[in-house]
Amino acid sequence: MTAMQPTIIRLQNLSKTYGNGENAVHALNDINLDIKQGEIFGVIGLSGAGKSTLVRCINYLERPTAGEVFVNEQELGQLSQAELNRARQSIGMIFQQFNLLMQKTALENICFPLEIAKTPKKQAVQRAQELLEMVGLADKTNSYPSQLSGGQKQRVAIARALATNPKVLLCDEATSALDPASTRSILSLLKSINEKLGITIVIITHEMSVIEEICQRVALIDKSRIAECGEVREIFAHPNSDIAKSFVFPRQQAVKAMLNKNCVRVIYDGQSSFEPVIANMILQFKQPVNIIFANSKNIDGKAFGQIVLQLPDDMPTAAKMLQYLRMQGLNAEEITANDNWEVNAQ
Amino acid sequence: MSTEVMMNILSSETITTLYLTLVSTFFAYLLGLPLGIILILTDKDGIHPNRPINVCLGIIINILRSVPFLILMVWMIPFTRMMVGTITGNRGIIVPLVVAAAPFVARMVESSIKEVDHGVIEAAQSMGAPTSKIITKVMLGEARPSLLVGFAITVTTILGYTAMAGFCGGGGLGKVAVNYGYYKYQDDILNLAVILLVILVQIFQEAGTRLARKFDKRL
Repeated sequence: MTAMQPTIIRLQNLSKTYGNGENAVHALNDINLDIKQGEIFGVIGLSGAGKSTLVRCINYLERPTAGEVFVNEQELGQLSQAELNRARQSIGMIFQQFNLLMQKTALENICFPLEIAKTPKKQAVQRAQELLEMVGLADKTNSYPSQLSGGQKQRVAIARALATNPKVLLCDEATSALDPASTRSILSLLKSINEKLGITIVIITHEMSVIEEICQRVALIDKSRIAECGEVREIFAHPNSDIAKSFVFPRQQAVKAMLNKNCVRVIYDGQSSFEPVIANMILQFKQPVNIIFANSKNIDGKAFGQIVLQLPDDMPTAAKMLQYLRMQGLNAEEITANDNWEVNAQ
Repeated sequence: MSTEVMMNILSSETITTLYLTLVSTFFAYLLGLPLGIILILTDKDGIHPNRPINVCLGIIINILRSVPFLILMVWMIPFTRMMVGTITGNRGIIVPLVVAAAPFVARMVESSIKEVDHGVIEAAQSMGAPTSKIITKVMLGEARPSLLVGFAITVTTILGYTAMAGFCGGGGLGKVAVNYGYYKYQDDILNLAVILLVILVQIFQEAGTRLARKFDKRL
């Protein structure tokens, strides 16, 4: 469905270099990305991969060294400062540290972008109150940020970012400073905003769980470049790049320690989980397999399971088992301890 | 000297001190506040980095700040005469007071605004805020408690300067202390002048601190 939608954000041959000569740091290298109207798009990478720079190029908080940024069919590099400021009013942004005005109430914080947009005061207050209601903080109108919890602060920040009815909402590690419960509630708020308002959301994160929970498509940034980009389900099922594997594979150190030869990672979705595939396989081959790891995930609203199995040492049997699993329509890939598990620096 | 005369002198000179202090503070902020903001904006991490302006302004401020007030006052005599036509009296003293205090204010304002979280400024930029709004609403708004503390420190510093100006033709409690205490060895009036200065400093400092606390919504 998203493929049918028009592109709202287009990054073309985008590069950003800090400093010059020998000390130059290439934060972004030849990034090409199309984000469709109305989708929730994730950008994931380890710290220092350049993802924060990437999101700041989308609203020109960072000026790219080369390449073009199109938002709402405007090339931001062509705009004067005043035009850029106007363009920014249709690109909302929220931050890891919320970045609320600490000396202003929740209501005043939400009125601030409206004041910048020269909305009449009375209208602005009314709009701010509606937004506070929408994010579930109608009773916190006159609270100062210091009186709010992290999750509540982020809700105020979301309301503030939505005040001027932007078409795009950029989220820079918006849940990284929150506890798991607040993270979930903020993510579901973002999802409902996306559904209700049709706003395009770009989510920058280093946590795969965030991507899995609400994103439809994802770009994986590694060493300043896009290593892989596509549907989240697709990448979960068939990670190609090292960085994708490192984010998708079970990340526990213990799993890594147990990995031996003949290990396979089996992915199944909600439909295939009704068949007792593994049990049937053991019955058929009369050979035991070792279950090293298993979990299930909800990826973009669909249930996925993954199991890491250790097949018998006997190579021909192992190969047949692998074939059997594939015949059942499951995704099965051999993995080894060398499969770049080290990238899991987090 | 009768007690009555002494009290008359002290009360009228206290008013002169207050007058000199507040008028000088007003003009010092009129000059120093924009200078402090320019320092912040043109800083290499500021929102309009401009190294030449930042460095030049920094050097001028440092030079003015390094000359002790008494020497600055003497050094400025030709300038003061040109500006207000005299070098004594309230008018003659306010000029060097402002020139000495403005760079001090600039540094105070600079350090207060530096405390404002850069992320909040970035957030305002992401909303499309023009520089004028960032200055008034984000920088000055968010730094308000710190600016008030700085204001109290500035007022007490300028109060100290007015007392020094008593040596060079300035009026106020400093003059009382110099004329009666230093030249005539009248310890009683000297002590009273000192006590009054201490009380004034306490009042300004306490008021500033309280205002800052009252206005700080981070607590």
